[in-house]
Amino acid sequence: MTPPDATTAPLPRPLPPIQPEAPGPAPPRPALLPSMVKYARIFRVALIERMTYRSDFLLGTILRFLPIVTTILLWRAIYEGSGQTELGGFNYREMIAYLLLTNISRMFSSMPGLAGGVAREVREGTLKRYLIQPLDLIGYLLSSRVAHKVAYITMSFVPYAVLFYLCRGYFDGFPDPLTLLAYAVSLILAFMVGFYFEVSVGMVGFWFLEVTSLLYIVMTLNFFISGHMLPLDLLPQPWAGILKVLPFQYMAYFPAVVFQGKIRGTELLLHLGLELFWAVAFLVLARTLYRAGLRRYSAYGG
Amino acid sequence: MPIIEVEDLTKTYRVFQKRDGLMGALRGLYRREYKEVKAVDRIGFSIEPGEMVAFLGPNGAGKTTTLKMLSGLVYPTSGDARVLGYTPWRREDAFRRQFALVMGQKNQLWWDLPAGDSFQLHREIYSIPKEEFDRTLGELVELLGVQKLTRQAVRELSLGERMKMELIAALLHGPKLLLLDEPTIGLDVVAQAAIQKCLRDYHESRGVTMLLTSHYMRDVEALCDRVIVITQGRLVYDGPLAGIIERFGESKLVRLQFEEPAPEGLERFGEVVRREGPFADVRIERARVAETLGALLNQHALADVSVEDPPLEEVIAKVFEEARLAHDAA
Repeated sequence: MTPPDATTAPLPRPLPPIQPEAPGPAPPRPALLPSMVKYARIFRVALIERMTYRSDFLLGTILRFLPIVTTILLWRAIYEGSGQTELGGFNYREMIAYLLLTNISRMFSSMPGLAGGVAREVREGTLKRYLIQPLDLIGYLLSSRVAHKVAYITMSFVPYAVLFYLCRGYFDGFPDPLTLLAYAVSLILAFMVGFYFEVSVGMVGFWFLEVTSLLYIVMTLNFFISGHMLPLDLLPQPWAGILKVLPFQYMAYFPAVVFQGKIRGTELLLHLGLELFWAVAFLVLARTLYRAGLRRYSAYGG
Repeated sequence: MPIIEVEDLTKTYRVFQKRDGLMGALRGLYRREYKEVKAVDRIGFSIEPGEMVAFLGPNGAGKTTTLKMLSGLVYPTSGDARVLGYTPWRREDAFRRQFALVMGQKNQLWWDLPAGDSFQLHREIYSIPKEEFDRTLGELVELLGVQKLTRQAVRELSLGERMKMELIAALLHGPKLLLLDEPTIGLDVVAQAAIQKCLRDYHESRGVTMLLTSHYMRDVEALCDRVIVITQGRLVYDGPLAGIIERFGESKLVRLQFEEPAPEGLERFGEVVRREGPFADVRIERARVAETLGALLNQHALADVSVEDPPLEEVIAKVFEEARLAHDAA
């Protein structure tokens, strides 16, 4: 189940229903507001639905923590084996902190089932409902995804707090408030980048019937090039440089290093700007692909 | 002003022609051959507010394609349509708020949610005021007798129950136009009757305009006064339901009950459909019914007689068949 959206273009105000026997005409509402209210309410419905699966959430979150133990052991072995205290500018403690932090990044930027869901709506024809009803597909998906994330983040707050408390030895205390603010912004933008990127990928479903293998490749690649697996700095040049120019780093690497204080000042502002740029770029791409896809869909039989 | 106006509406699909065998498949990689298929071929009609119209035709005749064009899902290749004063494929929200499309074979409800939640979503999507929503929902739920089912996930419902929910969802925002594509397909007689009754009641109370396709003549007879028939994308009949029987039903079914066992030799009057004990059903050419009955009464003692129009199915089948032959000959 997927829901609403804040960035949709304002929908034109519907004509008041001319149903003769509908008693008591609805009070007219101002133009922009109702469409926002509509998506906000869809968000609410989706949130309630999400909350009904809270036991799933809890179990899922706990299971997610298990690999962290192996990760810690693996990197300890790597550092001991290499005989160096620093790899790509990360010491052992920073490395573990980084890998823990990418989990937070991915909590915002990963969109399980989104691209596949879009492609499936196209293939199975349930897309029709967004064409027949006064409802925007991308707006709907965004509302529901935000609801999903709010529910998920709320539910996993306590387990994550416990985890980070247990792992506090790997961190050098909390960053200053300004860095924390930048971190929060980077996470929200990470959500936007991740969302519109996945929606764009899902739109491929308009042109190809079978997209599961493509999705698999994209997601596997993303695990690596977003820096989820290891910090991009560990890679030799020119790879590290190339990957830092691409938008994928904002889905895992960038927020983590912001928290760690590895990027500061003008560079930080520049990257936040770039992250915003990529979010908007993917938004435009998703919208463009959707329009083109709909044209094709409507020409070939719906 | 008509609620639907269709003029010269045409939809041509390009269908990829697959060649046989491996070599064919390889050749298809660099040069594709397409065949143009005319799904809908210059049809035109107009429907006034409050009409209930049946849209009939054999499978693949272009009914669904036409409904898809009228609801804005598909662009036409040429021609024009105005629905509720809008061009449907522009998909303006003001247009989309005023109609509903129900497809018997496709679900529009959220599969994993209870229907009640989908209804709530519809309320938000169409911005239906709460009181109006509660009242309409209450009426429809009662009308269809599904009070106990709205909290159950849609995927757990039976086909008939699901269809009722689909119908409720489609009617919640008080559409002025209802497009129904085989709304009773696969349903048992009881569920069919419930759907028909709901549509009829709703039509009476709200004056909604309806265009429906169905292969069940029961639906058509129960609901529609007017019939539009298309075959091979062409409009072949547009008029009252009674007219189609007059025009294409060339014979009537005369059901006879004799005082004695039914006599031999009834074949001279027409095709004997059934002969059992005192009963005999004979199909008699329309123009000769009166004359035949006179002759029968003169020669035999009859206990009972009835004259019936042939079942609508038969008439429609004949219309389809004739249109196909005419098309093939052309």
